[in-house]
Amino acid sequence: MNKIAQIFDSLEYGPAPEAPDQAIAWLDSKGRKFGHFIDGKWTKPGKTFTADNPATGASLAEITDGTAADVDAAVKAARAAFKGWSALSGYERGKYLYAVARMIQKHSRLFAVLESMDNGKPIRETRDADIPLVARHFYHHAGWATHIAREFPDHVPYGVCGQIIPWNFPLLMLAWKIAPALAAGNTVVLKPAEFTSLTALLFAEICERVGLPKGVVNIVTGEGDTGAAIVNHPDIDKIAFTGSTEVGKIIRAATAGSGKGLSLELGGKSPYIVFEDADLDSAVEGLVDAIWFNQGQVCCAGSRLLVQESIEERFIAKVKARMEKLRVGDPLDKSVDIGALVAPVQVERIRDLMKKGVAEGAVVYEPDGQLPPAGCYLKPALVTNVSPANTLVSEEIFGPVLVAMSFRTPEEAVALANNTKYGLAATLWSENINLALDIAPKLKAGVIWINGTNNFDAAVGFGGYKESGFGREGGREGMAVYLKPAWEKTLKAAPAPAPVKAAAANPLDSGHVDQTAKMYIGGKQARPDSGYNRPVLGPKGELVGEVGDGNRKDIRNAVEAARAALSWGTTAAHTRAQILYFLAENLDYRRDEFAARIKAQTGEDGSDEVAQSVERLFAFAGWADKYDGAVHNPPQRMIATALVEPLGVLGIVAPPSRPLLGSVALLAPAIAMGNTIVLVPSERSPLSMTDFYQVLETSDVPNGVVNIVTGESISLAKTLAEHDGVDGMWFMGSAEGAAMVEKASVGNLKQTWTSRGIYYDLADPRFAGDYFLAKATQVKNVWIPYGA
Amino acid sequence: MSLKVVDNTTTEPVHKRNPGYPLDLDWVERVRMNRSALERRAGTIGARRTVKKDYQLAWLLKAITMIDLTTLNADDTDGRVERLCAKARNPIRRDILEQLGMGNRRILPGAVCVYHTFVHTAVKALEGSGIPVAAVSTAFPHGLAPVETKIAEIEASVKDGAKEIDIVIERGMVLRGDWQALYDQVKAFRKACGEAHIKTILGTGELATQTNIAKASLVCMLAGADFIKTSTGKEKVNANLVTSLTMIRMIRWFAEETGIEIGYKPAGGIATAGDALKYMALMKEELGAHWLQPHLFRFGASSLLTDIERQLEHGLTGHYAADYRQPMV
Repeated sequence: MNKIAQIFDSLEYGPAPEAPDQAIAWLDSKGRKFGHFIDGKWTKPGKTFTADNPATGASLAEITDGTAADVDAAVKAARAAFKGWSALSGYERGKYLYAVARMIQKHSRLFAVLESMDNGKPIRETRDADIPLVARHFYHHAGWATHIAREFPDHVPYGVCGQIIPWNFPLLMLAWKIAPALAAGNTVVLKPAEFTSLTALLFAEICERVGLPKGVVNIVTGEGDTGAAIVNHPDIDKIAFTGSTEVGKIIRAATAGSGKGLSLELGGKSPYIVFEDADLDSAVEGLVDAIWFNQGQVCCAGSRLLVQESIEERFIAKVKARMEKLRVGDPLDKSVDIGALVAPVQVERIRDLMKKGVAEGAVVYEPDGQLPPAGCYLKPALVTNVSPANTLVSEEIFGPVLVAMSFRTPEEAVALANNTKYGLAATLWSENINLALDIAPKLKAGVIWINGTNNFDAAVGFGGYKESGFGREGGREGMAVYLKPAWEKTLKAAPAPAPVKAAAANPLDSGHVDQTAKMYIGGKQARPDSGYNRPVLGPKGELVGEVGDGNRKDIRNAVEAARAALSWGTTAAHTRAQILYFLAENLDYRRDEFAARIKAQTGEDGSDEVAQSVERLFAFAGWADKYDGAVHNPPQRMIATALVEPLGVLGIVAPPSRPLLGSVALLAPAIAMGNTIVLVPSERSPLSMTDFYQVLETSDVPNGVVNIVTGESISLAKTLAEHDGVDGMWFMGSAEGAAMVEKASVGNLKQTWTSRGIYYDLADPRFAGDYFLAKATQVKNVWIPYGA
Repeated sequence: MSLKVVDNTTTEPVHKRNPGYPLDLDWVERVRMNRSALERRAGTIGARRTVKKDYQLAWLLKAITMIDLTTLNADDTDGRVERLCAKARNPIRRDILEQLGMGNRRILPGAVCVYHTFVHTAVKALEGSGIPVAAVSTAFPHGLAPVETKIAEIEASVKDGAKEIDIVIERGMVLRGDWQALYDQVKAFRKACGEAHIKTILGTGELATQTNIAKASLVCMLAGADFIKTSTGKEKVNANLVTSLTMIRMIRWFAEETGIEIGYKPAGGIATAGDALKYMALMKEELGAHWLQPHLFRFGASSLLTDIERQLEHGLTGHYAADYRQPMV
């Protein structure tokens, strides 16, 4: 039978190859050997490594392994370019970004083919997803550049940004990094992932062609050491990293105390929840976009399927049937769904994880069919018979592997969904808008997709909760991480508090102590676990009181109380506002007493400080129901609502000065936004805040929302910073203390803000604005498609 | 044991006709259709699946066998219908077919579709070809006539030799959610069809939502439809891939529950070979290649054939072809 007759009967698809000719011609034109792009020039290739095509194993080009000297040259170029670039008008910068967008669009197929060859992902994805999103990102940020002065008044760029990106969306991650950085007026040194440098190098050529001022964008290729040289370079002002949580933690620790800005977009194990009232077939198709997009090498991949028990059997059968239709093969074939993984080492890693999971009882389903004989291919896999204890459920696999579990009730779905150290994204399917909008805020993740998945847009911030990182990419939130208030650079070092010598050496050798100041934990006055008290001295060293000497266990108890009170975050903002107003009212009622206490501890007239504290409570009562999110309009028929959510439990270490305002100025924005807090008041003058719990008690503040632990700031700060149940940490104190806190935060990658030994005058009205609100919150974008 | 040359024979697939089932309103109420997600799937099928070169030619030949070559115009005449039937007998130029090595295969459209008035003419013109005549019926395109009149129209067409009857449903029944009335009427139509196969035209462009379309599809299948069909070609919105996805997923669900395979016919606006390939890819992905046979899939189209012919000629010669060089439909 002739071939056409055969196909006529079988209706096979046959090959549909995309020609690689132009991409190969480009590589050839470069001699298949690349140096770095530094200061607008190409360096001579140094020691190189090979860029392979993972679909074939063929070598594509030689890439220079960047040295510390290369990084240094790039940073110098970026520093030199910064002055001119940041001085350009936003409009001028916007025009460059616009030109980049146009060029990417004009050469979109070259980028798409090159990306597919270098990374192994299907041409359909690079052509229809990666590259169009890259162009969109530059267009969108051309607009931000133009409007930056109006939209971010009194803000300035960081300076030189070091950016390190992963291999799963090479050019798209470059765009997510470079577009906002440049729009804000920063200059950049970017290192692409060693597996996938080629489109970044082609991008450098685009920068040349649009005449981008030299040194504004510098591309340094290399491996982990090159990245480390960027992270540790003293003249870099901000680090932006996308990659694994493991490396993210190393970077967090390495930058601790350096004062570098930091945004991290890390791993995930995102839940994909299907309720019984969903359009099941559409939910199955969504899974294809969730876990078999880019071979599952997606940080926000919907890799944990949670399906309601009533439909479990039917749904799993549908998933298996759908898997049979997935076509695995040559990434340059236009009809291929799953291409090659990026490198043999990834294939091995996934196989090892699967073995481990199976040994723990997992059942793996893979559809029939042959994989190509060579190349980094894996079959799509569905893993069942697992519980949260299985390795495959807890670990990020970063491959085409879906794990499935069931749930009985919406509440259980939420519990399972949140039962992870990650919090990047979550998907939920239901045709019931009441259910969907009830669940979305309860999921601890930075992006929620309702009835859809893996939607991305330049106007909608993307980024994680928990160990998925912090900072956002895209939209206003994304711009904010590349800007800082102009006044920050005017701040001076905080004067070291003058030592006060105790008038008496023996703790019992004291004057009359008329009051037992306790800690305040879970709405109860608590004695210190240690059984010790510490003296509080007046300015002349005289004993003015005693407070509990808090220790680890007091912090533990306080954090538990704070976690138990997290429903404060979903209490109506109006209610939170009322409680803050009531706090202000009750504090004002006792202003003379508080002023006297300040005077006793510091020797200064405290009436101004009390008045400022009352005013600050008033200010944040006003903010409670006003600092809220936007509704974005991505290009699809959907809205994306940016919900402003609290971090959760916030540890706050107050500065030594200003015993009342120093705590109240931090406490007020934190609880106004719905956080519960563990507050360590001024070590030297804690009595104002032990007085304050009586104000809390009379002001209807729910138990556990504010917890106060007195004692030695540094040791309590360390326990708080190391505590995995604390979601964020504010520390006002010495530079060494700040470095310690930032370093200790790596355990759960809690968000930190530290004063680093710099004097922040909390009485300044600027701190009644949104400065701390932004630090007390994180943005969750909920994508809601619509259409009957 | 004997060797048989199978290349030249067409084995009729064993197909169990839909016997009809009781109206199951609980099932109807379980239907959920998410328009945005359907649009995404339908919108990306053309990018996920493509056929090139010989594959494209073979697929297009297959497409021809699934066309209901149609003329449904108020100014149709016997002469016009006869010309259509003549084209049906020779849907592609002989030389093209020979060059494709398919000269020995039966490449004929699925049916010729006309108004009742022309059934007799068409049956006569197609005599001996094996091509069935389909009649649109039941007060096509609006369906708003006394049910007795509509049943009489079906019976008249069957009597004249129509082997397939394309009925229209009353859209108002769907919009009112009167599933019982819809079920009863389609069931009565099915009875009137007798041995002739019944295609139920939903008029999807007038059913407002994908959920309505899905529910109407299900009710028609329960009532005994052999095919469900999108449109009359007279609505403002005709067949599209989104609606098609909705309907074929209901066909899939029906098959899962009953084991009965229902045919699908998108109609109206499918004019290019490229469109046809997208529909076929969608069918293959959602229902399997098995469903791409004339007894389970039809295009309601007329100009489509000419475009396919042009593409076939282009595939053979490498030159772009002009429509006036293909014998007109």
